[in-house]
Amino acid sequence: MAPRLLPGIFLVLVAVAPNVVSEFYVTLLNYIGLSALVALGLVLLTGVGGLTSFGQAAFVGLGAYATAYLSIGQGLPGWLAFLGGSPWLGLLVGLLLTAVVAYVLGLLTLGLSGHFLPLGTLAWGLSLYFLFGNLEFLGGHTGLAGIPVLSLLGIPFKDGRIFFYLIWAVVLGAVWLSKNLLDSREGRAIRALKGGVVMAEAMGVDTTRSKTVIFLVAALFSCISGWLYAHMQRFVNPTPFSLHLGIEYLFMAVVGGAGHVWGAIVGAAVITVLKQWLQDILPGLLGASGNFEMIVFGIMMVLVLQRAREGLWPLLIRFVPQGRPACIVVDAQAMARKALPESGQVLLEAKDIVKRFGGLIANNNLSLSVKAGEVMALIGPNGAGKSTMFNCISGVDSASEGEVLFCGQAITRLNSRQIARLGMSRTFQHVRILPAMSVLENVAIGGHLRGSKGVLPAMLHMDRGEERRLLAEAARQVERVGLKDSMFEPAGSLALGQQRTLEIARALCADPCLLLLDEPAAGLRYLEKQALAELLRKLRAEGMGILLVEHDMDFVMGLADRVVVMEFGEKIAEGLPDEVQRNPAVLEAYLGGVD
Amino acid sequence: MDLQIALLLGQDGITNGAIYALLSFALVLVFAVTRVIYIPQGEFVAYGALTLASFQAGKTPGTLWLLIGAGLVVAMVDLSQALRSRTARRIPRILAWNLVYPAVAAAIVFLLKPGELPLLAQIILALVLVVPLGPMIYRLAYQPLAEASVLVLLIVSVAVHLAMTGLGLLFFGAEGSRTPAFSDASFDLGILTVSGQTAWVLGASLFLIVVLYLFFERTIYGKALRATAMNRTGARLMGISTVMAGKLSFLLAALIGTFSGVLIAPITTIYYDTGFLIGLKGFVGAIVGGLGSYPMAAAGAILVGLLEAYSSFWASAFKEVIVFTVIIPVLIWLSLTTRHVEEEE
Repeated sequence: MAPRLLPGIFLVLVAVAPNVVSEFYVTLLNYIGLSALVALGLVLLTGVGGLTSFGQAAFVGLGAYATAYLSIGQGLPGWLAFLGGSPWLGLLVGLLLTAVVAYVLGLLTLGLSGHFLPLGTLAWGLSLYFLFGNLEFLGGHTGLAGIPVLSLLGIPFKDGRIFFYLIWAVVLGAVWLSKNLLDSREGRAIRALKGGVVMAEAMGVDTTRSKTVIFLVAALFSCISGWLYAHMQRFVNPTPFSLHLGIEYLFMAVVGGAGHVWGAIVGAAVITVLKQWLQDILPGLLGASGNFEMIVFGIMMVLVLQRAREGLWPLLIRFVPQGRPACIVVDAQAMARKALPESGQVLLEAKDIVKRFGGLIANNNLSLSVKAGEVMALIGPNGAGKSTMFNCISGVDSASEGEVLFCGQAITRLNSRQIARLGMSRTFQHVRILPAMSVLENVAIGGHLRGSKGVLPAMLHMDRGEERRLLAEAARQVERVGLKDSMFEPAGSLALGQQRTLEIARALCADPCLLLLDEPAAGLRYLEKQALAELLRKLRAEGMGILLVEHDMDFVMGLADRVVVMEFGEKIAEGLPDEVQRNPAVLEAYLGGVD
Repeated sequence: MDLQIALLLGQDGITNGAIYALLSFALVLVFAVTRVIYIPQGEFVAYGALTLASFQAGKTPGTLWLLIGAGLVVAMVDLSQALRSRTARRIPRILAWNLVYPAVAAAIVFLLKPGELPLLAQIILALVLVVPLGPMIYRLAYQPLAEASVLVLLIVSVAVHLAMTGLGLLFFGAEGSRTPAFSDASFDLGILTVSGQTAWVLGASLFLIVVLYLFFERTIYGKALRATAMNRTGARLMGISTVMAGKLSFLLAALIGTFSGVLIAPITTIYYDTGFLIGLKGFVGAIVGGLGSYPMAAAGAILVGLLEAYSSFWASAFKEVIVFTVIIPVLIWLSLTTRHVEEEE
């Protein structure tokens, strides 16, 4: 069976299901669909983005209460009266409210360490629940009844079987949108969040924005689920929007497989059915009534995290033969390139850089410059402060004193994202790649700033032209560094030396005029080093400036135009490779004193 | 509101705040040592209070069965591991802590009829039953995931919280309990009357804080915990076992939580799920300290207590809403003052 058929089979099953199963199961499937929609948002947030939220139930509640209050339309204050009576306006207002709350919560917590968002959503989930229960106009703990029937194109959605189609159409639509989003420029930026913010920012990704985007998307999916719920039940009270439900949604995402869009549906199904079943049998078994399923859920969750962190979905699809993912890059028109500065023009000038870490001075009054069309090498023993200098130049860290000019512009106080935009691109000493993504996709992250299509076009697949050009560009860079044969392999399967080469391709994909390479030849074999040197010579000839930190002396001396030698944070020599090799201070630093 | 009511509310607020402060210490400690955001801390409050209440009602608390059950599971897990790694010398210790200790505890509970014992003995017995659950939970839920990300550990915490709340419902039922005050004495300070329980809570909290301070400053285990909190790898290189540090911090947290439960039980009615909210208020305090500073956490917790007391006077229905929205200004302040540095994970 071809794996491509699976979504089709699923679609057919969904289409016939309400006609063959009993009313009870239709209702159950409806609930699974509603939960799957919320869990899908959490898949994006938790599994893909590495963030999490316990407050999704509160967003569901916001959607449900907004439409309940407005579409019942009784006792609306005058200034709201124009919104009354329509479920569609209720949906709109719910979405707006949700977006505002999620945006503010995100604004408050996403700049802090990762655990503040879940804690913030925990507090928000609790607060909203208490608020629903205590506001007179929302019916307090009794809730609101008499929500009107939803009707679309003259069809009233009164019966569970008809509602089934609406719910599952929305769920499948949301799956489609999510898959589109993940398979795009913005999606790669989101997927890069888990691999560390430093790399993504250095490639020009605004990581706070990416985080806000997925948090918003997850909240809006939840809101829509709440809207559907309110019109299906035609009654709302605070109970289904409590924090416990918020936690249950997270369990669905994790159990199903937080890294996979389809995992949301699997998780929602498993937890919903299991809950139903446990609520039937546990009270009899334990001789008392209560929500004892939470004991089982809690223990199950711990076991899933300990034994199968990726959830059920990867275990399920193991039994389905996997076709290779599409391995073609459609040839597309080349992307526009920035004009390189004229050869010999000064690109980078670092003046008297001082960097202190507490009492330790990692860089002391260090100056260096790089011209267009030259390879400048920064060498020195371990711990000399070379990587610190790199971080100060590229904006990953900021210098304590001193000034950095790039193309004549002061960049000392800019962050790495802004610097990347100016045309500087870098690699890292400790490789920072996304091991689960293909080589091609990893390289395409480097091209982030060369595209402009945002989240909405990506979700609606209106970015395909630009996406093709971006991938074609990435493919060209992959070929250029000699990784063509592994273009579609997961980047984590490459040898360390090749991963470094991948980082060079990624940096090149940004179309830089200055390339910062942190130990690019480490881990390469002799022939690979030769090829790398050849590539760098070619780039130099095209007019690119290259700043290189390297330990391999043969490599450096054969390639560099000029060399700066560092020891203990200070510059001890600068000049042509031949001069530096004869410099007594350098000899002492590398070989020890000659007694 | 006149001055007398204001003072009375202030007294309430500080009393509760002192308990939140104790809990916030435990949360900061556990987070610093193990990177676990310890949501189940509140369950220990409920377990402690309700175990004491069970004794006083002449019932056998369900926490005894939990202790025996958890001991059995830990013993099985640890024994199978000891056998696989052929470290037989660990076996007596495993048996002693996980099988013999619960058995002895059970024998005491059944032989001594705790309902007739003096309050102090009942409190000690409640601690004996509930506190060891802390390290056992660490062993079963967290230790296999010790190297996982903060996020995964947080989800585990929520799962453990859920399971413990459900077990609490099973053991103690849905009805709440309140225990008698430690003393009926009251002291007149000018126009303010300080109840004996308030004096007990404040005194006991201060005592516990001093003991913890001495533990961290003067003992080798306290220093080991501080070292682990500062740098896990470095501490391990110095021969400090991170497993030991984890278990010890969970033991301390359980001790603080259970003791807080015993202290708070005469002040408010405790239900099986009350602990969660109490623990979260400790969290709000801890967040004020950025999950890192003990004094700031204590100040934050007292603030939460006061806020809760006064808002229960003005807008009692929205008490919880107000308390939990305090973290918004705190988060604004944190995001303005902390420069985000990425942690390598």
